[in-house]
Amino acid sequence: MTEEIIIAGFGGQGVLSMGKILAYSGVMQDQEVAWFPSYGPEMRGGTANVTVILSDERISSPILHEFDTAIILNQQSMTKFESRVKPGGMLIYDPNGIIHHPTRKDINILKVEGSRLAVEMGNPLTFNMIVLGAFLKAKPVIKLENVKKGLEKSLPERHHKLIPLNLAAIEIGQENLVVVQEVEVGN
Amino acid sequence: MGELRLMKGNEVIAEAAIRCGCDGYFGYPITPQSEIMETLMTLRPWEDSGMVVLQAESEIASIHMVYGAAGAGKRVMTSSSSPGISLMAEGISYMAGAELPCVIVNVQRGGPGLGTIQPSQADYNQATKGGGHGDYSLFVLAPASVQEMHDFVILGFEMAFKYRNPVMILADGVIGQLMEKVELIDHRPRWTNEQILEISGEWATYGKSQNRKKHIITSLEMDSNTMEQNNLRLQAKYERMKEVEVRYEAIECDDADYILVAFGSAARICQKTVQIARQKGVKVGLIRPITLFPFPEKIIAQYASKVKGFLSVEFNAGQMVNDIRLAVNGNTKVAYFGRMGGIVPTPDEVEIALHQRFKN
Repeated sequence: MTEEIIIAGFGGQGVLSMGKILAYSGVMQDQEVAWFPSYGPEMRGGTANVTVILSDERISSPILHEFDTAIILNQQSMTKFESRVKPGGMLIYDPNGIIHHPTRKDINILKVEGSRLAVEMGNPLTFNMIVLGAFLKAKPVIKLENVKKGLEKSLPERHHKLIPLNLAAIEIGQENLVVVQEVEVGN
Repeated sequence: MGELRLMKGNEVIAEAAIRCGCDGYFGYPITPQSEIMETLMTLRPWEDSGMVVLQAESEIASIHMVYGAAGAGKRVMTSSSSPGISLMAEGISYMAGAELPCVIVNVQRGGPGLGTIQPSQADYNQATKGGGHGDYSLFVLAPASVQEMHDFVILGFEMAFKYRNPVMILADGVIGQLMEKVELIDHRPRWTNEQILEISGEWATYGKSQNRKKHIITSLEMDSNTMEQNNLRLQAKYERMKEVEVRYEAIECDDADYILVAFGSAARICQKTVQIARQKGVKVGLIRPITLFPFPEKIIAQYASKVKGFLSVEFNAGQMVNDIRLAVNGNTKVAYFGRMGGIVPTPDEVEIALHQRFKN
């Protein structure tokens, strides 16, 4: 199994930390992992994206031209990455702020109202965990118990009291994943 | 098995330095390697082992602090990114001349000048052909994974003391920012004064006892005949490195028609290119130089008579390609593909370039 993922959105949405939690969860599941961020001078508000690779084998390139899954969290990222999903691959997005919805016919398209659900949960910061939950529902590549261990490993101890809230957000994401378009399995 | 962690390449440089018993780090922050000093400052090794971590006023000051401490037989290091390494060039040449051991990490960014903060490999010539003045060579290691960032700090100190020579770890922004699983060595103590005496007692300025002769650390020699002898001694040392310290990795080369040559993160990209090309039925292999000096010229020369061509893949305008051409010596075609200014090519771009360069 090799799963090549791009997570892309605004800086401040928790894109990089979501990738880190996913990568740490992969480590807890004895997988090979790579986490490679786009880095630049921008902080909050600019675009941010991170490549996460989970695999049973040694990982070759952390720089990729196409992905099994794209998790898209703003319009700029949709414009940039929709075309870079492998045929038969998957695109998951939050429709909030998206003007041009995905149009590809050869990929699976799913959505989760992450921003709205996070506000409804009373904590907008849970947004990235809701989206992570939706992804794990669509592609159960990591067991939930290992995600919990991943959270414990990647969060500093002083934030461990927030783990139940994060797990609740993951559950909400799993329950609110909507299939927009399904295609025959590729690869 | 050592402790397993998920870490950034930059962070692991700091962790490995502490764990292998490094005596001191002197540096000045610059993107994309600032996490090295950040991590050291967070871990506060001076409280446990007494390791010194100091932010100097400039890169020039840092390298000369390294010079001073290395002269005393201590295991010391610095790190920077391209423009900062240029500032250090004078000190590096002096250390090579005075035959002082140290580890210098360059997490390369795009140049020339202040350039960009994005990844690059455009300091290949600077690292392997000089950078500073005079006939000197550094021992240059090119890590291609976070694990190698860890391992090469340890190997780097080993080589630095084995040859009394500055060692450079030539990384780039990709490997510095990349997070992977890494197995860490257990903590080793710093060398005691007795150990320093045993290892470097013949030359280091560790404090003179009454009955031993003065030790002088200098690159200066006003007598040309003696200076030529010094140069010959250095050259003999570099030849010994060429004989016994060459390191490389050859991937799927045995049946290859074409061989990609790439180091550091470019080699990771090329590994994927090898997979893509082989799926299409093109027999492609990869040689990854791990030591850039000494360069693995023999293995390249061996394959030169067997393959239809080499493609050098670099994040620069074509620097290592010249060393490949020298090794190949006209026996097969050698081409170059690269991107510059902080652009990192994707695996499919390399595959297209390979096809274009060798379509006849």
